Amino acid sequence: MGALTARYNFLFRSTKGLILVAIALIALVTAIWGLISGPMAEFGVRDFVIRVFGMDIVEAEREGRIILLYHAIAMAVVAIEVYIITEMMAMKKHQQTNINAIITFGYIFSLVFGLLFGYFGHNFIFHGLYLLGLSLMFFGGLQLAAALWPWKKEYYVNNPDYAHTRKGINLERVAFFIMAVATLGSAVFGAITGSYWGNGHETFLAEDLIREPSKTILQKSIIGHLHIMLTLIAIAITLIVGRWQDFKGRLHKIAMPMMIVGTIIISLGAWSVVLVDWAHTIIYGGSVLVMLAALFFVIFSWRQLIRKGLEKRGTAKAGFGQKIRALLDDPLKFGVGWQMVFMNFTVSGVGIFMAVKLDEIFRVWPAREERIVLTGHWHILSGIIATIILLYYADLAGLRGRARKIFGWSVIFFSNLAFAAVTIFSMKRLFVSESGQQSLVNWTMLLADLGLALVLVALAMLMIWRLADLFKGDGRWSHELDESGFDTPPQVEPVSAQEVTPSN
Amino acid sequence: MMLVGILLSACVSFDAKTTPPPSIDPGVDPNSWVLVPAGEFLMGLHNHETSVAYDYEIMTTDVTNAQYASYLNEALTSKSIKIVADEIVGYYPGDEFRGHEHEEEIKAGDWLHVPLDDPGLRLILEDGKFSPRPGYENHPMTLVTWFGAKAYCELYKWRLPNEIEWEKAARGTDGRPYPWGERIKPNSANYYSSHDIFEKITGKLGDTTPVGLYNGGNYEGYQTQNSPSPYGLFDMAGNVWQWTGDVYPDQHYRYMRGGSKDNYAYNLRAWTRNSAGPAFYSPGVGFRCLRDAEN
Repeated sequence: MGALTARYNFLFRSTKGLILVAIALIALVTAIWGLISGPMAEFGVRDFVIRVFGMDIVEAEREGRIILLYHAIAMAVVAIEVYIITEMMAMKKHQQTNINAIITFGYIFSLVFGLLFGYFGHNFIFHGLYLLGLSLMFFGGLQLAAALWPWKKEYYVNNPDYAHTRKGINLERVAFFIMAVATLGSAVFGAITGSYWGNGHETFLAEDLIREPSKTILQKSIIGHLHIMLTLIAIAITLIVGRWQDFKGRLHKIAMPMMIVGTIIISLGAWSVVLVDWAHTIIYGGSVLVMLAALFFVIFSWRQLIRKGLEKRGTAKAGFGQKIRALLDDPLKFGVGWQMVFMNFTVSGVGIFMAVKLDEIFRVWPAREERIVLTGHWHILSGIIATIILLYYADLAGLRGRARKIFGWSVIFFSNLAFAAVTIFSMKRLFVSESGQQSLVNWTMLLADLGLALVLVALAMLMIWRLADLFKGDGRWSHELDESGFDTPPQVEPVSAQEVTPSN
Repeated sequence: MMLVGILLSACVSFDAKTTPPPSIDPGVDPNSWVLVPAGEFLMGLHNHETSVAYDYEIMTTDVTNAQYASYLNEALTSKSIKIVADEIVGYYPGDEFRGHEHEEEIKAGDWLHVPLDDPGLRLILEDGKFSPRPGYENHPMTLVTWFGAKAYCELYKWRLPNEIEWEKAARGTDGRPYPWGERIKPNSANYYSSHDIFEKITGKLGDTTPVGLYNGGNYEGYQTQNSPSPYGLFDMAGNVWQWTGDVYPDQHYRYMRGGSKDNYAYNLRAWTRNSAGPAFYSPGVGFRCLRDAEN
């Protein structure tokens, strides 16, 4: 019994355990639900899986099912980000405990009952519990915002390496706080429309409305909601990896104000979609600031990796090749920055090109093709966020040595392969006339499926490693539980964020 | 490097001009029509009750290459269309233009009906006469713009179905998502990776299949499901998208229904819409016509 209790405490009361559970649940959902779409549907696996699990798939309900699936996975991702934030940002121990507990109930309820409602018949008790889960997430978010309140003197900083005001207000903390508040506001944006479900609002996928000349306020609200939520999840992970790699110095001082202002502008832009036709212009303005802030982080991160890599090797004067080797020495830390850079080719670049050439190229294509570009583009962004979380978690989980390198490079290489293939597939009309697309379709689909499958294999290996560890009495999990200070008395004096030692 | 490799590989593709497809006659007459009676039906994803106040007749199948070739010869003779460079063009009186965001003006003038230089075209022009490419006679006419589809129907005093008429003809009155019922199987229709006999030759995007192929027949060992709509129409899901006739205010787009050989199965649900400008053409887009029931 004691052994079970200890493992329960690790999995549900320590940050590393909570993140592990959430990633494992996402991996499980991805594994099962991946079998009922894409290539698995083509191979006939879909029908088998539906039969084995007793799923109730009604064709007319595909849109609703997908929305539930998105929310189920998104809530788990948000939970992971919250766990990391409550661990890395200074706050009272009881605040961390409360937030994590509420968020855990929230995402598990929304994930489990959302999928039960969507895919296994429509028991409205499950729908209610799904909504309860979302509500708990929101309540946890309120508590997180309160805990992050940056205008408490105990959270002030005076270390000149980090962005802060003259008074000492920690601007990184402000950025986290603004992100949390904007997320809450954006969640309300979706929730209000959701509350009209069955009472004037009908389920739809935003990509199916792209060419409607007039959209209702509720439709615009949902479109704004889904875009800003994904953006804020991306902003959160950017801030998180910045803290992980101890982002500081001149670039930090420039980046944090940009991140704060950018987050506010993007959020206001997305919310104003219901009011003005030129909301995109506001969003573009905010995006420039946020993306520049992310660029500054990448520059800092890579410079630091080169410097530390050369120090480790004892090289005083290094040539270009040595610097590159130092940069690539740790794929986990290099990878988060690389994925952000790669995002510019597969997400931001595509988005900007699309905006510039919308009427000239993309609106000449049939709507279904424009839809493929749009859905491909945001699925890639979600995938990139997921890979950054995985790279960070692999470090957190203590992956070292050759396994660290194999895992890190596998995630980077195979995800890039898949995302590049998807991007080429979605833009195929730019390169090849429709009558000659067969080979291009074959190759891009094969590479995309292969890349994603191999990323999932790498994830599966990581999960199996951690699962096997749970069967050891004195496994890594027990040390992580000890490190978490689960049994230590509540912390009275909060630790300043900049006093937290970043992992090596 | 990957991009270059993929693009180079795209140069090696199935050559529709030189490789004739298997010649299959499913026995469904492309010149036949079916009656769709007046009355209510459930329309769209959310099954809104919608009424059609009149009976109408709609083609049992998509217009075939043979039918379109015959039409072109007739229309060229009557000078309702003409060949300019590598294009068949015809006059269209234009749409009302209100300058809505993304709306493009469709002015009065000659507009493209069929491009003659596209390698995917299944028509041959010899000695001023059009004929279908061998093996493709009973495949749906593709690479035809909305203007070209409209002109075909109008030459015979018919018209393109509007979206409401099309959807009722496809799914009847019981709210089913597919013309034949609730679920789709690979042999229900021609769609992406549905493993039909043409996909075995050309790859997953496949090729158009002869109209009416999915009638329960067995073709060269390939067993099809009998997949007519409740009124007896074939290919109302898959094979090619079908132009519909509506011209909506504030936009220049024309809408297509039915899904095609290039799409995943969910695009074949009867309410799924696709759209493009009226001058758009594709190897995956065709049409069928509608006429008043009095005929």
